[in-house]
Amino acid sequence: MLHIKNVTKTFGSVRALNAVSFEINEPQMVGIIGRSGAGKSTFLRVLNRMTDASEGEAILEGVDVLKLKGRNKLAWQKDCAMIFQQFNLVPRLDVLTNVILGRLNNQSTLRSCLKFFTKEERYQALSLLDRFGVSESALQRAETLSGGQQQRVAICRAMMQEPKIVLADEPIASLDPLNARLVMESLLSINREEQITVISNLHTLDTARTYCDRVIGMRQGEVVFDAPSSDLTDEMAREIYGAEADEAFEGSITSTSLGNAPKQAVG
Amino acid sequence: MSTVLPVHLEQLEVNLKKMARQRAIYTLIGIGATAAVVIFGIGVANEYNAGSFQRGITNFFDYPVDMISEAWEAGWNFPPLLVKHFPELLATINMALFSTFIGFVCAMVLACFASHNMIRNKAVVSVVRRILDLLRSFPELVIAMVFLYLMGKNLLPAVIAISIHTTGALGKLFSEAIENIDTKPVDGLQSAGANWFQRVRFAVFPQVMPLFLSYGLLRMEINVRASTILGFVGAGGIGEALSTMIQWRYGDEIIAIIVLLVLTITSLDYLSEYMRSRLIGDNK
Repeated sequence: MLHIKNVTKTFGSVRALNAVSFEINEPQMVGIIGRSGAGKSTFLRVLNRMTDASEGEAILEGVDVLKLKGRNKLAWQKDCAMIFQQFNLVPRLDVLTNVILGRLNNQSTLRSCLKFFTKEERYQALSLLDRFGVSESALQRAETLSGGQQQRVAICRAMMQEPKIVLADEPIASLDPLNARLVMESLLSINREEQITVISNLHTLDTARTYCDRVIGMRQGEVVFDAPSSDLTDEMAREIYGAEADEAFEGSITSTSLGNAPKQAVG
Repeated sequence: MSTVLPVHLEQLEVNLKKMARQRAIYTLIGIGATAAVVIFGIGVANEYNAGSFQRGITNFFDYPVDMISEAWEAGWNFPPLLVKHFPELLATINMALFSTFIGFVCAMVLACFASHNMIRNKAVVSVVRRILDLLRSFPELVIAMVFLYLMGKNLLPAVIAISIHTTGALGKLFSEAIENIDTKPVDGLQSAGANWFQRVRFAVFPQVMPLFLSYGLLRMEINVRASTILGFVGAGGIGEALSTMIQWRYGDEIIAIIVLLVLTITSLDYLSEYMRSRLIGDNK
């Protein structure tokens, strides 16, 4: 389905991604773990074409999406929805409009710029908001919502794109445990119900173990681990994380587990 | 208060006093030099001028006194003068409103091309910025006089002149506002495959529009004054009436026009203040 071959990204003399290769053959929940600076975010940005790769291919349905240009590149970005740590909604626009903006790629420039959205688009956006539990806030400005609500609106926007694959860049790193769980469950439901591959960068082990079918570990731009999440041993994780291991194991601040998280003041 | 200081601080204290005295001397010398230059300058100016400075300054106050007394003598005939000049005032306000609008729209378009975070091509940004500089650098009066010469005496040259200047002035402010936006929404829409126009429309404009409108209102105020001045060179409106009345020395009419202008500018000031606070302060 998706075949990543030798994707490399260099910033000057720094190799942020070094020959990243893996294959995804069925709709999976994939978690990418690794210490900060390991190249997780860069990889997702490269795959979505927010950043251009220096080398390598990413083949989906026979097309190398890393080589697409112009209109085709925008169409790929529509197929490859992205969810961000900071939600990246338009703060001053209402929630419903924010969701419909996921459909911009299908609309002519003139029609969308005049804010002319069809009844179907509004209905679809509303039912998505309802599905992810934020429909009461549909007419509020996005900036008035809590972080957890904003992230679920961002998921609605991603689903509005009718994507073939969903990328999530640290989707729960700015959320409290309860909201983090809601967001991860939303992503899981997208994967299970729509049969869409979801690739998320995660920075806590228990989240990766709880929600992902497969875990890819990255270290200094290279894939150092790639296996079903059940195979992720503590020793392996320690090697992936290096100095940041303790933080990743504790993970109390953004852990998705409510029960066994150590009671600790959250700043 | 008379605490005794240790020896090493004693010396510091002495130095401090010395420094303060030195500074005081420099300040006095500065004041003295400035006074000398001013007095000398007035002397030079007096020699070159037709009249003396003393006579000039009394004339300066004579003129308004004359005008006000004329207006006072007009008595009940004064209010109708306000009505008489009102259509001219409307023409001037129209001129300002129309050219502010044109300038606003042009500035909005050009500002997008003059912002580094919207256009990756540095050459384009630089060229558009120089164009804005150029538009801004010509005084309205100069542009208006050129077009008045070419097109004859009517409102259009003034509208063109003010629009050009407004485009340059607002364009610079707008591009600075655009460069300061939060880029996260832009990233969000880019990741969804939105094209450049759609990103500008939905990720940039919602963020900057309140600020744009606030700048636009401020410019509107400035343009009412500018269009009045352009009337003096024949662009019509209340400025032209004012210049005619000054030439004929009709004190009561001059006062009527000034009253109208002051009222207009003041009410515009209140209006824009009110609207600006609503536009900027509506975060919650």
